[in-house]
Amino acid sequence: MIYLQLFLTFFKIGLFGFGGGYAMLSMIQFEIVEHHPWLSSTDFTNMVAVSQITPGPIGINSATYAGYLASGTVLGSVVATLAIMLPSFIIVALLALAISKVKTNPYFNGAMKMLRVVVIGLIAAAALLLINEENFGEGCRDIISWILFGATFVATKWFKVHPILAIVIAAVIGIIIY
Amino acid sequence: MTSLLSLFGSFAKIGAFTIGGGYAMIPIIERDVVDKHHWIDKEDFIDLLVIAQTAPGILAVNMAILVGNKIRGWKGALVSAFGAALPSFVIILCFAIFLTQYKDSAIFVKIFKAVRPAVVALIAVPVFNLAKTAKVTWKTCWIPALVALAIWQLNISPILMIIVGGVIGAIMAYCQMNKQKKEEAQQ
Repeated sequence: MIYLQLFLTFFKIGLFGFGGGYAMLSMIQFEIVEHHPWLSSTDFTNMVAVSQITPGPIGINSATYAGYLASGTVLGSVVATLAIMLPSFIIVALLALAISKVKTNPYFNGAMKMLRVVVIGLIAAAALLLINEENFGEGCRDIISWILFGATFVATKWFKVHPILAIVIAAVIGIIIY
Repeated sequence: MTSLLSLFGSFAKIGAFTIGGGYAMIPIIERDVVDKHHWIDKEDFIDLLVIAQTAPGILAVNMAILVGNKIRGWKGALVSAFGAALPSFVIILCFAIFLTQYKDSAIFVKIFKAVRPAVVALIAVPVFNLAKTAKVTWKTCWIPALVALAIWQLNISPILMIIVGGVIGAIMAYCQMNKQKKEEAQQ
C-alpha cells in the first residue's frame, strides 16, 4: 500500500526533522532512495535542483515531488505533503504550552546541543551519498562533473553567488558542452 | 477581527515568492504580519519564533501554525499552514509531472547532467557553514564525521542518528549536573 507507506515515511521525517531543511533532506534521501526504491539517485538529485530554483520550503518541495514520483499520482503528493506537515501541528501546540519549562530544561538543552553537531554529519552524509556514478560518471571520474562541483562550491561558499544563479549557469554550460 | 481569507492570502503570497527555503521566509513573514498588518507585535513574534525553531519539522510551517493560531485559533493555524505550503505544492507538482514526461528529452538530459554535480556542491557547502556556527573544533569534529560515516557506509538511518544523538546529549547533561552537585557537596 504505497499511500500508507508514503504517509508513515513522511510523518516520521516531520516528527524527527530537527536541524532545518538540509538535515531533513538527508532523512528524505535515506528514506526514499536508500530505504524505499521510490526515487533513483538521479531523480533525487534532479529533485533537489528543482527545489532550489522554485519557491517554498525544501521539505514541502521534496515531499510533493517524491510523493508524485513514488506513486505516479497527485494523491501521492497530497499524502506525502500532509504527512510531513502533520507532526508540526501536534508538536508546536504542545510546545507552545510548555516552552518556558522546555527552554530551561538542562536535559533538553543538552540534547539540542548534541543535535546541532549531529545534523552536520547528516548533511555531510547526504552529499557523500550523492558523489556516485549517476552524478559523477563512471567510477566517479568525470573531470567536467568535478569541475562543475568545485566551481559551484567555491562560487557559493566564498563569492556569495546565489544558488539559483549557480544552477542556471550550470544548466547553460550543460546545454553548450554536452 | 482578521479574516481567515486574508491570513491565507498573506501566507500564500509569502510561500509563493520566497525562494531559498524556510530561513528566507522568516523576515518576510515578520514584515507582513508585524509591520504591515499589525496582527501581532514584535515581542510576540520573537517568542513564537523561538518555539518554531525549537520544534522539529519545517520552520516556515511551524511559524505559520503559531502565527495563525495566535491570531485566529486552530482555524487560523490550519489556514496559515496550508497557505504557506500550497504555492510550493502546486509549482513543484507541475515540475514533477512535466519532468516525468520529458526527462529523457535531449535538452533536459544535458541540463541535468551538468546541474547534478553543482547541486551536490550546494549540499556540501552548508556542512562547512554549519560547522562554523555550531563551533565544531578539532576536538569535536569526530562526532559529525562518525555520524556521516555511519549513514554513508553502514547504511544507518539518519532518523536513528538523531534519536541516539538526542539521548546521548541528554545523558551527558545529566552526568555534568551530577558532577557539579558532587563538587558542590565536597566544598
